[in-house]
Amino acid sequence: MMETVHKIKLTVNDTPREFSAEARMTLADCLREKLDLTGTHIGCEHGVCGACTVIVDGKSIRSCLMFAVQANGSTITTVEGLAENGILSPLQEAFRDNYALQCGFCTPCMLTTAEALLKENSSPRRSEVESAISGNICRCTGYISIVDAILDAATRLAEKGDK
Amino acid sequence: MKPAKFKYLYPSTIEETLECAFDHGDDVRFLAGGQSLVPMMNFRVATPEVLVDLNGIRELQKLLIDDTGNIHIGAMTRTRTLETDNSIGTANPLLAEATKHIAHVQIRNRGTVGGSLAHADPAAELPGIILACDAEIYLQSPTGSRSVAAKDFFQGVFVTDIAEKELLIKVVIPAWPAERFWAFLEVARREGDFALVGVASWFDVDKNGLISDARVVAIGVSDRPVRLKGAEAQLSDQLPNSETVERASKAANSGITPTHDIHASAEYRREVSEVLVRRTLNEAGKRG
Repeated sequence: MMETVHKIKLTVNDTPREFSAEARMTLADCLREKLDLTGTHIGCEHGVCGACTVIVDGKSIRSCLMFAVQANGSTITTVEGLAENGILSPLQEAFRDNYALQCGFCTPCMLTTAEALLKENSSPRRSEVESAISGNICRCTGYISIVDAILDAATRLAEKGDK
Repeated sequence: MKPAKFKYLYPSTIEETLECAFDHGDDVRFLAGGQSLVPMMNFRVATPEVLVDLNGIRELQKLLIDDTGNIHIGAMTRTRTLETDNSIGTANPLLAEATKHIAHVQIRNRGTVGGSLAHADPAAELPGIILACDAEIYLQSPTGSRSVAAKDFFQGVFVTDIAEKELLIKVVIPAWPAERFWAFLEVARREGDFALVGVASWFDVDKNGLISDARVVAIGVSDRPVRLKGAEAQLSDQLPNSETVERASKAANSGITPTHDIHASAEYRREVSEVLVRRTLNEAGKRG
């Protein structure tokens, strides 16, 4: 069986990265194994659980359903890119203050999904938040505290913007 | 699981794509948004030797509304674009509404119109809408081009009229009269799940107040999206009132045999089809 190997250049969390990967390697596996960014979790590997959600060129996507070679030239934000200089982002702070996690497995994907949502819609209604995270499975929290946290983050970001 | 090995090609034009397909034997697959194909590859249900990625082809990403109001949707148009582009909401509100029901935002950010049509899942929204709108699907092969009406395009579960080495280029949806009455509803276990049953309905009313034309299309009830012609017949030349709606919903199941699977029984699907026909027509009536 013939297989192609590709040189891939992308920007991850504001850092340019360059590596080569087999065509069949998913973006999720590349982030974890080639770039050591293990914050992106892998659950189902068929686009159902949402655990691998990352932001590619401003859009939240399933990184298990995209081959790394397809991300060549893209700008990617993973959960590791949210905090700046070790200081949690307002969204991350809101997750902590609202107890929006228990085991933490889904937390990276909830954060990246919420980050993309709040960039598109800075003051979402509760129903819009619920809809936005409908593709991200959490088996602990019952989602209520996660929705609370995202709404809280929207408020914090608006206040920060006003200052 | 992880996909099997494959050769990856990234053409930038339609011509180059068709050459790639032609040059590389039998086991070639086109990769659109990858939201159905990549799961199948991860499970190794699909193990193509050559994967031709369509994401670099600008020509396939065109989305435009022509002077007559027809919508030309390039095969690589993302589902999310239909949802968020305001011009689509005006040009065909049924299409824009149904798009919101497709999976989740992360899937809609990658998934494409051409991919959904070519995949032809019987419970998918876009094939149903394309059928309800009498759309035309354009295909191109190394030997020529042709178009197929939506009613002839879907031929079974994951089966379409696309021939080997043929590429889906675009779909054209005829102009939508601004005064048309319409609604789309579906029943699914959870938000973003495939519909157990979904119904798209629209009707036009003539100057005498009678229904001059109507479509009632269901997804999830057969091996392909289907027109519920029994219900449509009950609407034809009638006043759009609650008696007409009742007769149409009672006729929803004539001529179709809903499927039974682990998600729902055939009986349940029949019941829901009837209910959704009634609800869509009632909702459509409020939306003229």
